[in-house]
Amino acid sequence: MAEATISQPQEATAAGQPSGALVRVRDVHKVYTRGSQRIDVLQGVNLDVPRGDFLALMGPSGSGKTTLLNLLAGLDRPSGGMVEIGGERIDSMGEGELARWRSRHVGFVFQLYNLLPALTAERNVELPLLLAPLSSSERKRHVDAALAVVGLSDRGKHYPRQLSGGQEQRVAIARAIVGDPTLLLCDEPTGDLDRKSEEEILDLLQALNRSHGKTIVMVTHNAHAAACARRTVYLNKGQLQSEAMQ
Amino acid sequence: MKYLPLIWSNLRRKRVRTTFTLLSILVAFLLFGYLAAVSNAFDIGVKISGVDRLVMTHKISIILPLPLSYQDRIEQVPGVVDVANATWFGGVYQDPKNFFAQMAVDPERYLRLYPEFLIPEAQKKAWFADRTGAICGRYLADRFHWKIGDRIPITAPWQQKNGSNSWEFTLDGIYDGATPSTDVTQFLFHWKYLDESRIRRNGMVGWYIIRIAHPDQAPQIAAKLDALFANSDNETKTSTEKAFMQGFAKQVGNIGAIITAILTVVFFIIMIVAGNTMMQSVRERVTELAVLKTVGFSNGLILALVLCESLVLAVVGGALGMGLAWLLISRGDPTGGALPIFYMPGESAVLGVAFIFLLGAAAGVLPALQAMRLRVVQALRRA
Repeated sequence: MAEATISQPQEATAAGQPSGALVRVRDVHKVYTRGSQRIDVLQGVNLDVPRGDFLALMGPSGSGKTTLLNLLAGLDRPSGGMVEIGGERIDSMGEGELARWRSRHVGFVFQLYNLLPALTAERNVELPLLLAPLSSSERKRHVDAALAVVGLSDRGKHYPRQLSGGQEQRVAIARAIVGDPTLLLCDEPTGDLDRKSEEEILDLLQALNRSHGKTIVMVTHNAHAAACARRTVYLNKGQLQSEAMQ
Repeated sequence: MKYLPLIWSNLRRKRVRTTFTLLSILVAFLLFGYLAAVSNAFDIGVKISGVDRLVMTHKISIILPLPLSYQDRIEQVPGVVDVANATWFGGVYQDPKNFFAQMAVDPERYLRLYPEFLIPEAQKKAWFADRTGAICGRYLADRFHWKIGDRIPITAPWQQKNGSNSWEFTLDGIYDGATPSTDVTQFLFHWKYLDESRIRRNGMVGWYIIRIAHPDQAPQIAAKLDALFANSDNETKTSTEKAFMQGFAKQVGNIGAIITAILTVVFFIIMIVAGNTMMQSVRERVTELAVLKTVGFSNGLILALVLCESLVLAVVGGALGMGLAWLLISRGDPTGGALPIFYMPGESAVLGVAFIFLLGAAAGVLPALQAMRLRVVQALRRA
């Protein structure tokens, strides 16, 4: 396992390799207080994720992986430090600005899929597009394309309860990519799936990275899942420990 | 519009709960619409009273008569434009339950004072010329299927010189109202016929209706008129027609206040019911709301969506309730004659619409604020 070179972003060196830092995290701290207790979840994290990278973020429970992912998604704010994505400082954005930024630049995949049960698959996928100035027919075109990418063109009218876990997660991925975001963030995307579905999802994420050029940061406990990424970084007690290239 | 499927799908999520909430809102607005018509029916006398009309009655009681000779003296008072008189007849048609307002009047004067009674010229002339002739409002004619030329027997407390209490009239005309609130339930006939045929109270009338030139001078003119007959055998009490009708309505009780009290309680309860539904709905969807925020829905948009859900619930339930009330009201007087002018006034319909939106907003504001303030990270952690 190589020593982490977190503060040194990787530049493009060859065709198909990541190029240009999309994500720049500098000296990020995150502190929670529970009553009088202070919990330092992240302690001076530095991380660069080049454009087109597929990064797996591993570490034991409570190491701060999800907290870091939430900071990258603009769902939470750091207690200190800087988070820059695509050249924009998101740590200093207001709530409204962050929401707009998320709708344009981030796709998020949850462990438990988090589809809206009252909406069909295509309505779920359409959700991020409601925020864009698109006509109904344009939205439908984008939804159809996203469902085709995840191989669920024939399941658009199905409700989440009518889909398997793997299919639900593929719909969730379609929802995450439908707006063509800059960054795809996945929080244990295979954590709730059987082996076969896990393979399908990992293949899909790899295809999104390799064929569609999506930059992906994936939190996982699963070494097999992490092996599908281009590289893996390890978090322990709020600090990045090391990096491994695949 | 593009958010409508999202709003609608949330309302359909718990169909039974939504249906019961809709039903409770429906019932509230059904009650509102129907009771508005009832209240209007009780208040109609006050509403339609002319601002330029005074009513003079006996000082002691309206049931005591006034001399006809007062009429000329009233006309002499400066500011008085016209005078008519009316006398309560108090009879019934065929059956005691067929009770309605019958009044002996001076036809020409009375119709001058009440131009809102619209009657064809030929019918008017025929009535003026017919001593035993009568006219009635459209509601009454429809109720008893009367037509022009019918002979109408009325049994009254007034005894005729031939000993009979049965009075017979020829229907010479049917009047319509200039507005929906015009009283089209009256039966009017010649005072002369009454006075020449009855055995007592001859030369006396029930009350006077007085038109004045300037409504703002009503108190002064009323005082002058009462002063004119002070210390006589028949002292008078003059008030505006509105005050007179209000006094009349109060004898039944303050129906408007009772109805307002009932509706206030009903709306308060419905607001709690609808608010509770919305609150539960938001609590059940904490994760989903967090997901929406994650994909980029702003706090303001989340607030608007939850408020819209509450408004849709109120608008659907309220519109159904008001519509059902309108249907029931359009079937007419539910008492079979006690509330002849029975309709939902325009201002009540407008108020109903305002209440619908108010209820929607009031029931939705707290859940919407709760949804807006939801912290995504905490909500996802709870999930």
